Amino acid sequence: MFPTPIERKSRSYQMAYQGLLPMVLIMWLLPLIAVAVFSIRPDADFTNGNYWGIPSSFNFFENYGKVFFESDMPRYLLNSVLITVPTVLGTIALSAMTGFALGIYKFKGNLLIFFMFIAGNFVPFQILMVPVRDLTVNMNLYDTKTGLILFHIAFQTGFCTLFMRNFIRALPFPLIEAARVEGVREWQIFLYVVLPLMKPALAALAVLIFTFIWNDYFWAVVLTQGPDAQPVTAGITAFNSQYRAAYHLMSAGSIVAALPPVLMFFLMQKHFIAGLTLGAVK
Amino acid sequence: MSAPADTPVTSNRGWYRRNEIAITPWLFLIPGIVFFSIYVVMPIFQSFWISFHEWDGLGDKTYVGTAHYERLLGIGDQKMDRKFEVSFWNNIKWLVLYLLAIPMGLFIALFLNQTVRGIRLYKSLFFFPFVISQVVVGLVFSWFYLPREGLLNAILGFFNMGSLNILGDPTMATYGIIAAGLWPQTAYCMILYLTGLNAVDPEQVEAARLDGAKGHKMLWYVILPQLKPATFIAFVVTIIGALRSFDLISIMTNGGPFGSTRVLSFYMFEESLSEFGFRMGYGSAIATVLFFIMLGFIVYFLYSMWREEKEAR
Repeated sequence: MFPTPIERKSRSYQMAYQGLLPMVLIMWLLPLIAVAVFSIRPDADFTNGNYWGIPSSFNFFENYGKVFFESDMPRYLLNSVLITVPTVLGTIALSAMTGFALGIYKFKGNLLIFFMFIAGNFVPFQILMVPVRDLTVNMNLYDTKTGLILFHIAFQTGFCTLFMRNFIRALPFPLIEAARVEGVREWQIFLYVVLPLMKPALAALAVLIFTFIWNDYFWAVVLTQGPDAQPVTAGITAFNSQYRAAYHLMSAGSIVAALPPVLMFFLMQKHFIAGLTLGAVK
Repeated sequence: MSAPADTPVTSNRGWYRRNEIAITPWLFLIPGIVFFSIYVVMPIFQSFWISFHEWDGLGDKTYVGTAHYERLLGIGDQKMDRKFEVSFWNNIKWLVLYLLAIPMGLFIALFLNQTVRGIRLYKSLFFFPFVISQVVVGLVFSWFYLPREGLLNAILGFFNMGSLNILGDPTMATYGIIAAGLWPQTAYCMILYLTGLNAVDPEQVEAARLDGAKGHKMLWYVILPQLKPATFIAFVVTIIGALRSFDLISIMTNGGPFGSTRVLSFYMFEESLSEFGFRMGYGSAIATVLFFIMLGFIVYFLYSMWREEKEAR
């Protein structure tokens, strides 16, 4: 193990390390802690210039209540859910299929198609922006959730294909040969042999795509406009102009907007990290 | 339970069954390829096409040849587009400084690679900034930098170091935004290295230790070579992240002050969907330039991955 395990060092060294950890963590998360503290302050603290002293009262319920009951926030949150969930399902369905095709079969153009998916994934969004926006407008899907979902599914399929294909590659191939010898149809192999083995990959991709899509801002601004379709990342700017300079409410609003992926991360940590660090280990 | 495979039944089976292994992959690929082509592959070429036209996004396109590129790069008797120049150099700053996330991430990973109580929670909390959307990171940092209410100036004031208005100062604003971007990016690199460190061969480390290797020598000659795959991915995601920077700029400064924080991705968006009419042609030309900058990296990444594929066979 590197660096040298702390257990092998002197007692005082261990104590120093244990003491240093929380301090470094607090420094690391300082900007976030600042926002969390802002979000429970009463309005009066800001008018009195009491930004960093002890909050004069604990206004957690008032501030967050305002976010949930006196703004468009719940609508934006709902939009985010209605955009994110179908995208996750669609992407996973598509990429499980492409991953299966590219991971199991040997045919001409296999690597070429695989690399097309990877390359598309690295492209700057701006080169797609004008045509995608135009296409969405022409399909009468501008400012709808469907328009956003369709694009997201298509784009995320690139990354997910890379992931799925490499995962399927690592499965024991004799399993598939055995099934073929038994006369199992190819689509049945996909459904009954490969898919059940892919559960960890599906879980990892589901949490990753959930986070990516929830946090998307660029496409939300390009393809949607108002509270009917906009997800919370775009909605937060509208929220902030509604409560201009009311830092306690804006802070509470941002925390609410950031929370779902955070929860997802803490609940599904193992899968999340497995997905992100794909390929980091040989 | 199944019939022997080599019976004359073969010829009676349908065309699909006879060619099942050749046909199936294409059936599985079609939906993915169709979606990807319509939304990703074709738009790239459409953007090239549009960049040679004047277009407001609604009416007819007027062909203008390479006029947009000439205006951008200042070919002929005109000066290079000032905004483009600023954006380009800011992109370079982003690229260079964003790479700091890699050594910083490695440093934190080395710091956290211990097995004390509660270390798992510490690792998760250090990783935390990456999970938050860039929009919220942008907001969090712009409040952190606020001249009056911000925590940064409260701290500086506490140590009597005066005060800064980072986002209001054209010479500092870009660096302030990059610092905000480095926060989640470092977290990502950290998690890559933590996973990599986990897989470092303990026997090699012990052997090197017996040979008297330690500290930075051990890191450089024994550990880092084993972390190469992690470094490669960290490099890829950091470069892509640097060139994609849009959210933070849009949230924190909206390109200002005085346009000093624009980058190509932001300038393109501004031109295409500007308040003074949509200049989609000019926007597409900027996007094309950005695309070709990125293409250099993409080709390098793909080449590395392709080489590995060949080795794996």
